[in-house]
Amino acid sequence: MRDRALGLYAGAALAFLHVPLLVLIGFSFNSSRFTIWQGFSLQWYRAAWSDPQLAEGLVNSTIIAICSAVLSTVIGTLAAYGMWRRTAPLVSGTLYLSLVTPEIVTGVSLLALFQWIFRFLRLPLGLHTVIVAHVAFSIAYVTIVIAARLRSYDRTLEEAAMDLGANEWTAFYRVTLPVLAPAIAAAALLALVVSFDDYVITSLVAGVDSETLPMVIYAMARRGVSPVVNAVSAFIVVIFGILVLISQRLQER
Amino acid sequence: MPPVLELRGVSKQYPGHHAVDNVSLKLESGGFYSLLGPSGCGKTTTLRMIGGFEQPSTGEVLLDGSPVNALKPYQRNVCTVFQNYALFPHLTAQRNVEFGLRERGIRDAAERARRALDLVQLTSKHDSMPAQLSGGEKQRVALARSLVLEPRLLLLDEPLAALDPKLRKQMRAELKSMQRKSGITFLFVTHDQEEALSLSDRLAVMNAGRIEQFGTPEDVYLRPASAFVAGFLGAINWFGSAGVRPESTRLSEDAPETSLRARGAVESVLFLGNCVHVNVKLESGERAIAEVARDRRAPAEGENVWLHWHPADELRFE
Amino acid sequence: MKLRTLFLLPARIWMAIFFAAPLAIVCAYSFLTRGDYGGVERPWSIESYTRLIDPLYAGILWRSLWIAALATALCVLLGFPLALFISRAGKRRNLYLQLVLLPFWTSFLVRTYAWLFILRDTGLINTALTGMHLIRKPLPLLYNDGAVLLGLVYNFLPFFVLPMYAALERLDPAVLEAAADLGARPMAIVWKVIIPVSAPGMAAGAVLVFIPCLGAFLTPDLLGGGKSVMLGNLIQNQFTTARDWPFGSAASIALMLASALLLAWVMRTRIAKEFL
Repeated sequence: MRDRALGLYAGAALAFLHVPLLVLIGFSFNSSRFTIWQGFSLQWYRAAWSDPQLAEGLVNSTIIAICSAVLSTVIGTLAAYGMWRRTAPLVSGTLYLSLVTPEIVTGVSLLALFQWIFRFLRLPLGLHTVIVAHVAFSIAYVTIVIAARLRSYDRTLEEAAMDLGANEWTAFYRVTLPVLAPAIAAAALLALVVSFDDYVITSLVAGVDSETLPMVIYAMARRGVSPVVNAVSAFIVVIFGILVLISQRLQER
Repeated sequence: MPPVLELRGVSKQYPGHHAVDNVSLKLESGGFYSLLGPSGCGKTTTLRMIGGFEQPSTGEVLLDGSPVNALKPYQRNVCTVFQNYALFPHLTAQRNVEFGLRERGIRDAAERARRALDLVQLTSKHDSMPAQLSGGEKQRVALARSLVLEPRLLLLDEPLAALDPKLRKQMRAELKSMQRKSGITFLFVTHDQEEALSLSDRLAVMNAGRIEQFGTPEDVYLRPASAFVAGFLGAINWFGSAGVRPESTRLSEDAPETSLRARGAVESVLFLGNCVHVNVKLESGERAIAEVARDRRAPAEGENVWLHWHPADELRFE
Repeated sequence: MKLRTLFLLPARIWMAIFFAAPLAIVCAYSFLTRGDYGGVERPWSIESYTRLIDPLYAGILWRSLWIAALATALCVLLGFPLALFISRAGKRRNLYLQLVLLPFWTSFLVRTYAWLFILRDTGLINTALTGMHLIRKPLPLLYNDGAVLLGLVYNFLPFFVLPMYAALERLDPAVLEAAADLGARPMAIVWKVIIPVSAPGMAAGAVLVFIPCLGAFLTPDLLGGGKSVMLGNLIQNQFTTARDWPFGSAASIALMLASALLLAWVMRTRIAKEFL
């Protein structure tokens, strides 16, 4: 009897978690711009597709996400491997701290750094500063994924490789790296998603000319009612969902 | 000709204890040697120091007369067959065996690897992934992978421990024949005394980081150097300070005419298939086992019997 | 150079330049004074810190604390039964876990915007209620502390459910059976056995929710309008419109310290260590 009550509660809780998103996605197909269902339509998707600001935001976000994901995956994988060989408490401590630091603090501190550096270098804020910032907070995510995979990795495999004549680098490259490949792909996808979604830090270090998709969405959302935002949101939800699902599948290998 | 392997006063110290304590050993080329001892005695640590995976705290490891302490595993002409086989999971059996050859840049690696797999009778599985192989098959791939490199010394870390008893016996015979055929010196680590006795030309018995005896199987079994070796290599009865093996302990109902005798009551009789073990509780309170032939009449439980033995069969230690 | 040192080098350099150094700069700024044109200059002083406790800003600090605390409490209350359910779901537990985590992995911005869509004057709820003639004027569901609370709980509930579930899963079912065997009724088992034993996991989960809630920016920004200002909004404001970097830095350092201390405290429990 109590189990049934618990089950009903769980159902309600799960509904609570999912309904807002489902509602959003549902209304993105609404033919009216009001929040009353008046028929199925793809007009908002078409409007979103032809919106130049959204297009520019998408392009910028994609460039940033790919660059950031590549860099953070390389740096993070190497770091996770290095820490697996022998613990490096300062590095792991710093990475965990970066996960816990509120985004606003990371954002303003990077802004302070850039303003300080650019006094000497005369560079403006732009895509490059965003990429640098994204790598800084993505490394920790990558490291966690790779470290988790390494925890169940058999150390004697590298010893066997060295026993057969491979030096430390070759043992890593020819044995460990291939075994880590699915986890690396999963981490890269995660870094991609995390970078794509960031608003707070990006808005602080992006400068005037490099608007990302979240920044455009934010501006539209604040301006008022636009079902175009619904369409973009629905699109993002589906894409992210697919990427994360793939990432999780890869980690189970 | 310098010995293939020499350990001179090798120790491995961890805070608080000596895993390996002042071990010295000489192995001649072409033999099958074993390191025998209970778990924790330091045999695996010794093996790892020979392979280059651990550094000795003191002492020297010499291969073919040259000190190799400073050399990494990939710089030593020694190969290890690991306890869990350590096959590379992303490579087929064939590619696993080719690994060391490719590392050396040998051209006909594929051909040599196939021949090695033939030698261990795994030709049909050369394209299989390690996950698809059974324990025995994985072991053979691991063996082939090391043997194909023709090392001066092959180290085997309890390779048969994970196999079921019947397979173990079969693999034992195969290992011995492989060693003979290849002529490579084998150093085999195990805690199973039957394995060590049946396979080795000579074996070293280790206890608490030290080698207690290094000799032929007959030496260590019939002429053990210490009470520990005597007790580890086989069952032993203690009559005061004299030790006698069950197979040398005779049983009789009437008092024998020798002073080397003891009286006791039969506790149980165990039929072991090829012989009978009679468990006797002596008057002194100790327990002893007498091995009796199958066709003799075994005494009943509770019966009083005499145990007696020859002076030549006594083992005495300080 | 050893391979391991080489591998750690990129991360060390990157984090030193783009994480540690920026924080050091902010720390330094917090002890400086606001310049005429919005920059920073000497003299060194702790004025920015003392201004934090000023009654003017104390309200913001206080609101941040109690909203974060309340959001955490709600996550614990709502999340514990959910985690309990999943831990008892047998074969389907992974499915349910995925269902809980799936919304979490979609965009944070979109998830917050969804509540904007639902709660505002022309949003789903108001339109529905007006359409059913239950109300004449739209209810002010948005731009208040309540909306912010809702948004925070919605976004961070999975943050609690996951470690809570991990802790519950570790519970030896034999212990529960023993309790029943000794006469404890189901509710008593929950109160007297399950909750006390899984308390460390609960604490870890609570801290993992509290810290981001304390430093929240986007949720109070979108759902609170200007009416529900939290520490995160204050900091952002100081670095942009108000251009008082020393003050913003002081608030940032205060927030950082609070978060770091809480994290250090929770890292001492086993569950958190396995989790992070």
